[in-house]
Amino acid sequence: MRPILWVPLLLFAALVMALTIGLFLKPREIPSAMIAQPVPAFDLPPLWMSGEGLQSSDLAKGEAVLLNVFASWCAPCRIEHPFLMELADEGIPLYGLNYKDKPEDALAFLGELGNPYRRIGADRDGRVGIDFGVYGVPETYVINGQGQIAYKHIGPILPQNQDQLRQAIKKAAQESPANEKASE
Amino acid sequence: MIPEIGHFSLILALLMASLAAIAPLYGASRNDQRLMSLAVPLMVGQFLFILIAFAALMQAYLVSDFSVLNVVANSHSLKPLLYKISGVWGNHEGSLVLWVLILSLFGSLVGLFGRALPLSFRARVLAIQALITSAFLLFMLITSNPFERVIPAAIEGRGLNPLLQDPGLAFHPPLLYLGYVGLSVAFSFAVAALIEGRLGPLWARWVRPWVLLAWMALTAGIALGSWWAYYELGWGGWWFWDPVENASFIPWLIATALLHSTIVMEKRDALKRWTLLLAILGFSMSLLGTFLVRSGVLTSVHAFAVDPERGLFILILLALAIGGSLALYAFRAGSLEAGGLFAPLSREGALVANNVLLSISAAIVLVGTLYPLFLDAVSGAKVTVGPPFFEISFVPLMVLLLIALGFGPLLAWKRGDIGRALGMLRLAGLAAFLGAGGAYLIWGPGPVMAFLGFALAFWLLGSILTDMGHKAKITQRPFAPMAALGRLRRVPRGIWGMWSAHMGMAVLVLGITASESWMTEKLVLLHPGDATEVADYTMIFQGVEPVGGPNYTAVRGHFTVMKGSHHVAELYPEQRAYSAPPMETTEAAIYPLIMGDLYAVVGDPDGKGGWSARLYWKPLISWIWMGVGLMVIGGGLSLSDRRLRVGAPKRAAITTRPGPQALPAE
Repeated sequence: MRPILWVPLLLFAALVMALTIGLFLKPREIPSAMIAQPVPAFDLPPLWMSGEGLQSSDLAKGEAVLLNVFASWCAPCRIEHPFLMELADEGIPLYGLNYKDKPEDALAFLGELGNPYRRIGADRDGRVGIDFGVYGVPETYVINGQGQIAYKHIGPILPQNQDQLRQAIKKAAQESPANEKASE
Repeated sequence: MIPEIGHFSLILALLMASLAAIAPLYGASRNDQRLMSLAVPLMVGQFLFILIAFAALMQAYLVSDFSVLNVVANSHSLKPLLYKISGVWGNHEGSLVLWVLILSLFGSLVGLFGRALPLSFRARVLAIQALITSAFLLFMLITSNPFERVIPAAIEGRGLNPLLQDPGLAFHPPLLYLGYVGLSVAFSFAVAALIEGRLGPLWARWVRPWVLLAWMALTAGIALGSWWAYYELGWGGWWFWDPVENASFIPWLIATALLHSTIVMEKRDALKRWTLLLAILGFSMSLLGTFLVRSGVLTSVHAFAVDPERGLFILILLALAIGGSLALYAFRAGSLEAGGLFAPLSREGALVANNVLLSISAAIVLVGTLYPLFLDAVSGAKVTVGPPFFEISFVPLMVLLLIALGFGPLLAWKRGDIGRALGMLRLAGLAAFLGAGGAYLIWGPGPVMAFLGFALAFWLLGSILTDMGHKAKITQRPFAPMAALGRLRRVPRGIWGMWSAHMGMAVLVLGITASESWMTEKLVLLHPGDATEVADYTMIFQGVEPVGGPNYTAVRGHFTVMKGSHHVAELYPEQRAYSAPPMETTEAAIYPLIMGDLYAVVGDPDGKGGWSARLYWKPLISWIWMGVGLMVIGGGLSLSDRRLRVGAPKRAAITTRPGPQALPAE
């Protein structure tokens, strides 16, 4: 019996173990540690020299907001983009975190598909993404008026996820002082 | 009624497949002729029943039977006919039916064309094939019944994702499945050989046509998918290193390696254990791809609806099939006698280099795809690997592969003469310089890698032409062109296949290099009448107009393209809004020319009469698909080679192999 012939089997066993764990991680669900936590502190430059960047304080101005992590190289981002445009048209405040991307590519991406974001922070080295626990691009965070993460969606927002996301926004808005005032 | 017939057919097919998995295997171990000869009729029987089920599902789609859940969820009465048909496999359940249909089709073909195989070996191959089929049928009947009814019936369907409504995509999944599932034949052959404990050049000859067939389908399927991404999605790219793209690319890399290692095994009786391992891994990676697409462990554009129950089932299936075969390999492969020896610098050596480089590439793509998941499972850290990782690690391997590819075919078997090969390759070296220089003259300065890419492609082309010249003996004096052509015509089709496929590789490299390095991109805001220069072309924006389609409405832009004063083309890019399900898509307008593509996408209006637009000139981009086309043609030529014709091994089988009775029992 030759030990080297066992290598493929052992490697495969490790793979199956990782896949089993991966299957039960349910990456699309909110890691419980993230909910109700304030967003990590950050201050990112804008995509272009002029214009404003994005800071954590922009996300805690009293109303519920969305933070969307996107990149021009991310294929699934294109799938959810029309829905983001729709949300922006409805007046829902949407902020963008441009993750590990070249600014010129990101601008071209937005030029082609439209810009749904009020402000965009350029996270070129992905540091802020790590603080947020970005698993895969795209990701979308619902943040309430106190700047706490209320809901997290991993992966593209497909038609079947839209209702759930809208409900999360509504719920976060109810917890937010500014939205309450607006609705009164 | 018809959906129930389909459902029952699947159950009957499962029963037949289970019987076909057990009886012939038992018969082979007991040397029972009757049990072994059950394999073929049972295989054909299960194929026919799955075909009935497939036809029943197709019928439900064609008549828009909205009492079937699957049809409600994925079809719509207003959908064009072609997409009603392709809708059958545009979803999880339906694509599984197609998957098992192809699986049993391949099993039946092996049974019907494999008369030359020894009875016990054929029985074992078919039993393994039936085992896989029955596992998938069980999976389908338990977790994903395509014929589930809704009561009361729905009035209208939800429609198919409009991105999937495209002729290119209608045929992308079937081809891909043909490739994925075709690799199951090599897998079954490998497992059967391990059970029998015998393996020789003849095995390689038997398995090679099946690998070729699967490889061709996989190549064409992947190319079709990338072509679809390029012209339908309007993303401007053609390959994104998306997890699901990778899931099809890994089996392709392994199948390519297997294709080359079976040559060594057939000619030289060497690399046996390695070839067996590749045969097992090829299909294993197909299964892994299936798991990744359907379990939702990785996020991707391609992901089907996610259901953890299904994921777990496929994972168990994966663990049993791959784990079982690799365990068998670990126990049994050591007892296979070692094959022929060869010097490192030889044809075999070059093919080993090919195998090593392709396998490392496959491993890199696999690691890059699964790394985020691994890290999450081990440490809980969350990371993403983007295209930069793949580009940095993949490109150097391909550079080495292309260099070796120039040498390989010119080296002799067993012991090559590197000095002689280098001498013959002088012209190829010159061609490499000329290629890089020519690129500079046409497109001007560019990144170093661009010139390297051109040099490598021309190096490869030069090497192929040298090989052709060598085979035609054009250096013989006096020079007789007709005699040389005659010699070329007598070159076996297999060699022509190799030339075509390798040339395809060179053309592919040219396409990738030029389109990545010298693309011109303009992002502009245009008013009707405005003109923009894009590379050598002038694009005049004529305005936009609303148009309607069968199940969408659209705004259509209109560009006139001129080169100097010469009219080239009219381009009509669209922004479509589909009604069911509501979704917007971008239809790029592409005008392909031999030297490159003109590509226009129309964006949003600025509200003041202007429209944003994205205009490109992509040099040589269509060469990517032409190159892949040449590869597939090469595969076809090789498949049509006399030596590989299905009947050919018959005599060899009788003369060189002892009958089944002489085989050692377990």
